[in-house]
Amino acid sequence: MKIHEYQAKELFGRYDVPIPAGRAAFSVDEAVAAADALGGYPVVVKAQIHAGGRGKGGGVKLARSAGDVTTVAGQILGMTLVTHQTGPEGRLVKKVLVEQGLDIAKELYLSLLPDRGSAKYLIMASEAGGMDIEKVAAETPEKIVKVWVDPLIGLQSFHVREVGFGLNLPPAAMKPFTKLLTNLFRLFVELDCSLVEINPLVLTADDRVLALDAKINFDDNALYRHKDILAYRDLDEEDPLEVEASAHHLNYIKLDGNVGNMVNGAGLAMATMDIIKRAGASPANFLDVGGGASAEMVENGFRIILSDPNVKGILINIFGGILRCDVLAQGVVEAAKKTRVSVPVVVRMEGTNVEEGRRILAESGLDLTGAVDLKDAAAKVASIVK
Amino acid sequence: MSIFVNADTRVLVQGITGREGQFHTRQCLAYGTRVVAGVTPGKGGQKMDEVPVFDTVRQAMAATGANCSLIFVPPPFAADAILESAEAGISVIVAITEGIPVMDMLKVKNFIQNKMLRLIGPNCPGIITPGACKIGIMPAAIHKPGGPIGVVSRSGTLTYEVVHQLTGQGIGQTTCIGIGGDPVNGTNFIDCLKAFEEDPDTRGIVMVGEIGGSAEEEAAAWIAANGSKPVVGFIAGLTAPPGRRMGHAGAIVSGGSGTAEGKIAAMRQSGIAVCEDLGTLGEMCKRVFGKS
Repeated sequence: MKIHEYQAKELFGRYDVPIPAGRAAFSVDEAVAAADALGGYPVVVKAQIHAGGRGKGGGVKLARSAGDVTTVAGQILGMTLVTHQTGPEGRLVKKVLVEQGLDIAKELYLSLLPDRGSAKYLIMASEAGGMDIEKVAAETPEKIVKVWVDPLIGLQSFHVREVGFGLNLPPAAMKPFTKLLTNLFRLFVELDCSLVEINPLVLTADDRVLALDAKINFDDNALYRHKDILAYRDLDEEDPLEVEASAHHLNYIKLDGNVGNMVNGAGLAMATMDIIKRAGASPANFLDVGGGASAEMVENGFRIILSDPNVKGILINIFGGILRCDVLAQGVVEAAKKTRVSVPVVVRMEGTNVEEGRRILAESGLDLTGAVDLKDAAAKVASIVK
Repeated sequence: MSIFVNADTRVLVQGITGREGQFHTRQCLAYGTRVVAGVTPGKGGQKMDEVPVFDTVRQAMAATGANCSLIFVPPPFAADAILESAEAGISVIVAITEGIPVMDMLKVKNFIQNKMLRLIGPNCPGIITPGACKIGIMPAAIHKPGGPIGVVSRSGTLTYEVVHQLTGQGIGQTTCIGIGGDPVNGTNFIDCLKAFEEDPDTRGIVMVGEIGGSAEEEAAAWIAANGSKPVVGFIAGLTAPPGRRMGHAGAIVSGGSGTAEGKIAAMRQSGIAVCEDLGTLGEMCKRVFGKS
């Protein structure tokens, strides 16, 4: 799960990680009031969307007076912000963060993440802050300091020293940096983050260290133990069909193709998308209905796939094995009737009683085509959308 | 022959009294797997069908000589269940559970690193040596005993598809193992490739990967340096959009790494016959393994 910068900074505040004074605003009036409350200019007005690259897209602006705030907040609120992470359609900006301007001496980079390869916590830091870190990693990898932390011992002082000296911090900044990293690390572990990133982390002229930006992603599998974090979820930032699917415990991702598909199991679902593409069509979605694939799941799946106007045909691929195909076929027929499926559907299924299942599909009176295997299914789908 | 498990493996099921645990324990028993015990805290002394249930893994091991555990415990308690088995001295732990927090698995992975045990999974279908034992949730009927092919995969139903096609071509399997779709897991591709390499009955290997991480690239490098047996590979996710988690917690292309294209290229470079059309994988195996 992703959250906004202002929410991440709220958590930073709770864990005593220094941030500039600031407040979120949902209207121009609120933005002006927030700027006033900061007690001095300049202030920075920052668009709040779940995507990086906001500055380049025109979503972050400096304001030197209350009049400036009115102007820039008016520009940013309600704009469709396009960045390299939003895709060409961009995101509608509904809130801004108004923050005190700082006297910045140096911009740094700092992030914490679970490293899948080493199975350790990974701290990444760089003197090349404020830039795209993937670019830094590709072009000047020597500018990135990496420190791995064994989860069984946790963060030790020497880890912090390795990062701090690696960043060439001035001696006076070492103490505040130690406190910042220690607190940030505690947040990272306690809240089950899949990423904590500060870019830039700034060093001020008076040797303070503050998080000028804040990005936190959470491990979805751990949200059950962080009910308070769930309140940060912003449905405006998600695709409406994906929101509906998640309410039905379906794993659905909307894509821009024309063949809807419903599959049990994530790996087979990806492979099915690939098959659709190879057959000359293009997948409209990823949808994993889970290993079991109950009639209710299939019905909800149909409804969500059909809500996408681009869908010209549907491929159902269920490798049941233990599952009984006659029961599954019955479920598909009922769901197709209930949801008034208006496009051709190819059903490939495998498992116990598969012949009986195919007979039920054929005799249903609906536009349901049985496929004997994957090759057959791909060919049938391709002929539908051509 | 087989890898990791065989007809003598003595299995205890953690979470045996839950719905999944009961259903799959019965399926395993029906296949001939020696399920000797179950563990559900608070239900010690009961029986699941004929299988005695214990409160702790230590008790179950002491009473039944179990040496393998099969875990169906829900995600919030699954890491604890793995650690309990590890501390009790179980030698093969098969964790089916999907949805264990990454931070929990980081601790588990580091804790078991220097122990003489093998963790398979989590978030996996388990392991089967056709004709000998099934320790997992895969449908038994699609498998064909007698080898000569070993199958290793990060996926569940995708593995069933692959095995089904092998069997359809008359190609049997020595052992089929699902290593799981999570970013942090126990046994990896290389562990399985090594074991298949050393198993005299395994004459070829099918390796099924997907987007995310670099396990396939590392496995390809290992094969280039050490592999003597023919390998057929498949990678799911050519059409997956970057930055999105495709169902499996570990299936994500991030920052341009972990792509299907990159994995396929690395595998081809290592001499692996990569199949890009899943519908024809069985036929390709017939061609490749037929020659060996």
